Amino acid sequence: MCLAVPGIVVSIESEDELLRAGRVSFGGVEKEVNLACVPEAAVGDYVLVHAGFALQRIDEEEARAIFQEIDRLHAGHGQIPE
Amino acid sequence: MKHLDEYRDRDAAERLIEAIARTVTRPWTIMEVCGGQTHAIMRHGLDQLLPGGVELLHGPGCPVCVTPVDIIDQALELAARPGVIFCTFGDMLRVPGSSSDLLRTKANGGDVRMVYSPLDALRLARENPDREVVFFAIGFETTAPSNAVVALAARREGLANFSLLVSHVLVPPALEALMAAPGNRVQGFLAAGHVCTIMGWREYESIALRHRIPIVVTGFEPVDLLAGIHQCLLQLEQGRAEVANAYGRAVKPEGNLHARRAIEQVFEVVDRRWRGLGLIPSSGLGLREPFADLDATRRFELHEPSAAAPSECIAGEILRGVKKPHDCPAFGARCTPEHPLGATMVSSEGACAAHYKYARP
Amino acid sequence: MDTSFSCPLPLGDHDRVTMAHGGGGRLMARLIEQVFIAAFGNSALERRHDGAVLPAAPGAIAMTTDGYVVRPLFFPGGDIGSLAVNGTVNDLAMCGARPAWLSAGFILEEGFALADLWRIAQSMRAAADAAGVQIVTGDTKVVERGHGDGVYITTAGVGFKLTEAPIEPAAVRAGDVVILSGDIGRHGMAIMARREGLEFDSPIVSDCAPLAGLVARLIEGGANIHCLRDLTRGGLAAALVEIAAGSHLPIEIDEEAIPVSEPVRGACELLGLDPLHVANEGRMIALLPAAEAEHALALMRQDAQGAGAVVIGRIGEPGAPERVTLRSPYGTRRIIDLPNGEQLPRIC
Repeated sequence: MCLAVPGIVVSIESEDELLRAGRVSFGGVEKEVNLACVPEAAVGDYVLVHAGFALQRIDEEEARAIFQEIDRLHAGHGQIPE
Repeated sequence: MKHLDEYRDRDAAERLIEAIARTVTRPWTIMEVCGGQTHAIMRHGLDQLLPGGVELLHGPGCPVCVTPVDIIDQALELAARPGVIFCTFGDMLRVPGSSSDLLRTKANGGDVRMVYSPLDALRLARENPDREVVFFAIGFETTAPSNAVVALAARREGLANFSLLVSHVLVPPALEALMAAPGNRVQGFLAAGHVCTIMGWREYESIALRHRIPIVVTGFEPVDLLAGIHQCLLQLEQGRAEVANAYGRAVKPEGNLHARRAIEQVFEVVDRRWRGLGLIPSSGLGLREPFADLDATRRFELHEPSAAAPSECIAGEILRGVKKPHDCPAFGARCTPEHPLGATMVSSEGACAAHYKYARP
Repeated sequence: MDTSFSCPLPLGDHDRVTMAHGGGGRLMARLIEQVFIAAFGNSALERRHDGAVLPAAPGAIAMTTDGYVVRPLFFPGGDIGSLAVNGTVNDLAMCGARPAWLSAGFILEEGFALADLWRIAQSMRAAADAAGVQIVTGDTKVVERGHGDGVYITTAGVGFKLTEAPIEPAAVRAGDVVILSGDIGRHGMAIMARREGLEFDSPIVSDCAPLAGLVARLIEGGANIHCLRDLTRGGLAAALVEIAAGSHLPIEIDEEAIPVSEPVRGACELLGLDPLHVANEGRMIALLPAAEAEHALALMRQDAQGAGAVVIGRIGEPGAPERVTLRSPYGTRRIIDLPNGEQLPRIC
């Protein structure tokens, strides 16, 4: 379930608590997205969007961590053993 | 596209595949909980890249698949009612009820509207004050905050013509039920990354502890899935049974507190029947009493749900991971996406649909 | 395409279609005169005869017919009119023919705005000019309010084959390459962006365009084409599946080779759609011997409609199952099939 797509916040359109909305860009395609669940999201942040709602701000540091781990796995082991 | 393309990178995927190959010394059976994960695995053929002894089972994390037949029938009844605009996600349009589906109801004159978001349904209610607008609120915890916000907004605006037909389901009770079911072969779980984005992963600790089973919160892109699979296999090989988070960029231990607060305000935990799995106690969400007026089943007088007619469909066993689509005698013959017998064939992420689309022999 | 036409409709007091416009009387004659003949203006039409009598030309005759019911009627990059002309032109081009003449039948719903009809007719004229064809005969009917959808257009097209060599699925051979003329998914997503409940602001413009020039360039440039197929509903997937079935040969496509523009990708991700199944209206695939690939690409890239042409796959050996497989960036393979009914946006 749960198709959620990352997009970048382009503008904040409304500051209402429940219906706080912003325009989010997905590869150049913009949609108005509800930001009630991510009140701290600002222009330039990446958010995960599901059914017109932003579920979470994407943590840039954590996003890098997975690749650091992959590099570590690769460096620590070199070739696959026979 | 940032935060998407990197997780489809071939080199990163290859490194994880190598790491998995190095890690595995014996057969293991892992279940990916979420239908979206099933879809992604099948689409990219990730299961083809795993060592032969590693088996992936498709879990019941497909809210479309598990919505009970009687709720579909209630949806059909509402959709056929004059004066009602019935709003639904595209996913639900072809799911069979006991004798029909929403698409056919639409063809017969029912005002069924496909929407992208519950906010679209709210807008329709504002724009059509003389019509009753009902939104089909299905989904796991991922979609619950959206419906909660919409319910709160409707209440705040005093919208009198808006209601929800709720069929929300929760993941942890489903995992418990799976582990308790006879024939269960699951040795490790890939937890649903977007469900955990909302709820966090703390509630999985007791499951991991009691059943001695590793649970790795996993995302949906190839690199995410392979990373989650790798972590799960590592734990299994090392005899560990912990909750781990392989989707850190979206999942915090406590999830999204704003979203959880909204859910708390509007919904309460209720017993729910799951299509194919039967009644699982405390496994669903229903509207709290103060929001009863937004509950479509209370606003409209609907027929009592009838017992589902027995069919060849083995979706229940497939959702539990006990059987595979190819084990079903009807698969690809009497049961196809054009003529589905059960929801796992209709839903774009249902195990049967995924197998039919991507892996039919 | 600029559709900011001023509307010089001197159709009396009428600004909307009425049942009388379909009655065969004065009002209908005026409608045909002032909208269709004025827009399509050519000697055949101006004869005002029941049918068009046209000069024969060398080469086998290619003929096609189609119906157009698109909603919305006007979308970024085109409208039902330009779609009708280009769709018909392209069907003829896929036969390896030079399109020459079109007919256009209109089913108008009572109440349809004449200003919109004028706009559509002008758009058809512009598309016909761009494709080098004429609309030489037509028909008009009016149905009662509620029994139509504004306007439906049906067309037939006639053209002349540019080469005697067969261009059809049966001519496809093992080892042939599959060349795609450009990036996919624009038309379908341009339409989706306007659909109620899915509205998003996008820079996606429909790729609705004539391919006749591109095909002529290939054939006249000496390319030994085995098969052509334009991508329409059902997208690239449908075109490939149909050719595999028609040629009884397997096709393998390289996923990474398929060009998809970033906004189309973004829109597809947002709605959970697969670009392979999304409609196009100005893209085609050409199947020809591998040895000719470079030459064909060079020819295609000279044309505005072929600037993005790339090889995306090849035809396999006979005997293997006649299916289409997609090779992922990870080396895995999956089967591509026809989409089941209309592809629906999903949240799951």
